[in-house]
Amino acid sequence: MELLTNQILAGLATGAIYACMALAVVMIYQAINHLNFAQGEMAMFSTFIAWQLMQWGLGFWGAFALTLVISFIGGVALERLLFNPLTNAPVLVHVAGFIALFAILNSVAGLTWDFTIKQFPSPFGSTGFLGSQLISKHQAGIIGVAFAMLSLLYGFFRFTRIGLALRAAASQPESARLVGIDTRWMVALGWGMASAIGAIAGVLIAPVVFLEPNMMGGVLLYSFAAAVLGGLSSPFGSVLGGFIVGVFENLVSTYVPGVGTELKLPIALALIVTVLVIRPSGLLGRVVVKRV
Amino acid sequence: MTLLAVDGLRAYYGQVQALQGISFALEEGTVTALLGANGAGKTTTLRAICNMVRSTGRIEFDGKPLAGISTESVVRLGIAHVPQGRGTFSAMTVEENLQLGAISRKDTKSIGRDIERMYEHFPVLKRRHTQQAGTLSGGEQQMLAVARALMLRPRLMLLDEPSFGLAPLIVRDLFAILRKVNLEEKVAILVVEQNAQLALEIAQKAYVIETGSIVMSGSAKEIATNEDIRKSYLGY
Repeated sequence: MELLTNQILAGLATGAIYACMALAVVMIYQAINHLNFAQGEMAMFSTFIAWQLMQWGLGFWGAFALTLVISFIGGVALERLLFNPLTNAPVLVHVAGFIALFAILNSVAGLTWDFTIKQFPSPFGSTGFLGSQLISKHQAGIIGVAFAMLSLLYGFFRFTRIGLALRAAASQPESARLVGIDTRWMVALGWGMASAIGAIAGVLIAPVVFLEPNMMGGVLLYSFAAAVLGGLSSPFGSVLGGFIVGVFENLVSTYVPGVGTELKLPIALALIVTVLVIRPSGLLGRVVVKRV
Repeated sequence: MTLLAVDGLRAYYGQVQALQGISFALEEGTVTALLGANGAGKTTTLRAICNMVRSTGRIEFDGKPLAGISTESVVRLGIAHVPQGRGTFSAMTVEENLQLGAISRKDTKSIGRDIERMYEHFPVLKRRHTQQAGTLSGGEQQMLAVARALMLRPRLMLLDEPSFGLAPLIVRDLFAILRKVNLEEKVAILVVEQNAQLALEIAQKAYVIETGSIVMSGSAKEIATNEDIRKSYLGY
């Protein structure tokens, strides 16, 4: 029983990371209808920036806050300089753009900070949470920060004028322009926010997986699975999908004989394929019907 | 005073020229009807005013040329466009749609009061204010589209076939409200309609378009009572 509780709680902690990354992926998908393959590398790059700031003497939370600001600006800049000119380009051009961004960020990070694994400090510590053996302080911290961020985002989209404008621009761009919303800036804003959310995920997961240019590979795969499971058209669904995938991954590798840690990654792929076959719109996604 | 002046407007979809150089003017606070058959260029005219199609010619709003500025900037000058298909945000609630109508306004304090005023004009929207716009009936959605447009506090409202797909009784209601709104909110209306009879009832001036050119213009009364025009262009 204790093993089960332990695995579920640990699953919620990694699930929170997947939820953040999935949300970042879905935000950009909602804005431009393309999957950003480089989302993980953007998060990795942000995490290196946080690490560098700490090397230069900043405290954890100072570096964290500054990293969010830098990531936001970076995300906006990427959209304006790289992806805005591609707005009406075919799908394959976008895919090429994302892969290029992936490769560039990965190599620049390797060149600047080299490929050796680095320790990343946890602001919460790694001992048991409230003296219990079930969950570590860092895992509890991940869940706490993720929930705080998700609530803030919910409030932002639900109760602010700019959040409303962002939603309008993502759901019906032409109608949004007819109420006077500058949709191009809304897309850039979406990129900035997705980039900052990814940075949070990267900084939170780095103490667990250690810091190196390829740290987000597995995480991004699970996040895609989470986004597909929850529904690419539903930000809320993607968050739910993140937690489900996190717990599912842990339970399968603990209780299904022969899976173990080595076979964990194929679980994500199996999940993506299964969802796409059985329910392509995901758990909470809406089926988009297009007149042709 | 002239609010909107259109001079020699030509519009293009790719290689196809949809407007052959049309000119008309609209006075402040008045209702003008743009009539004609399917494919005559009525919708294109409205889209050209908002810079949503490639066009040449001169369009001036309140003395300012609209050439080369983005659709959203045209809207911010005070031109609210209710497109065909209504352009409501179907996944959002009625109230959110009204707030979006006012999203480009700077005077955020009076938005709440304006929403209340819209509920007075359109009581049905108040009853449905938490409902998703996509779940409203066609008539209710059209009312919402008009209310959303008025939330901009526009000086000019462009209405594209407001009667489209609605039951005759609802259309009567809608036009009665449009007349009221025109008088009370002092907003000029340029309405495109196939239902000429109704449009002529609320309009002061009318233009008849055929294959991209204006073939007839005059006061709404003249157009409505001229047997020849009615039979050859308006079909009733």
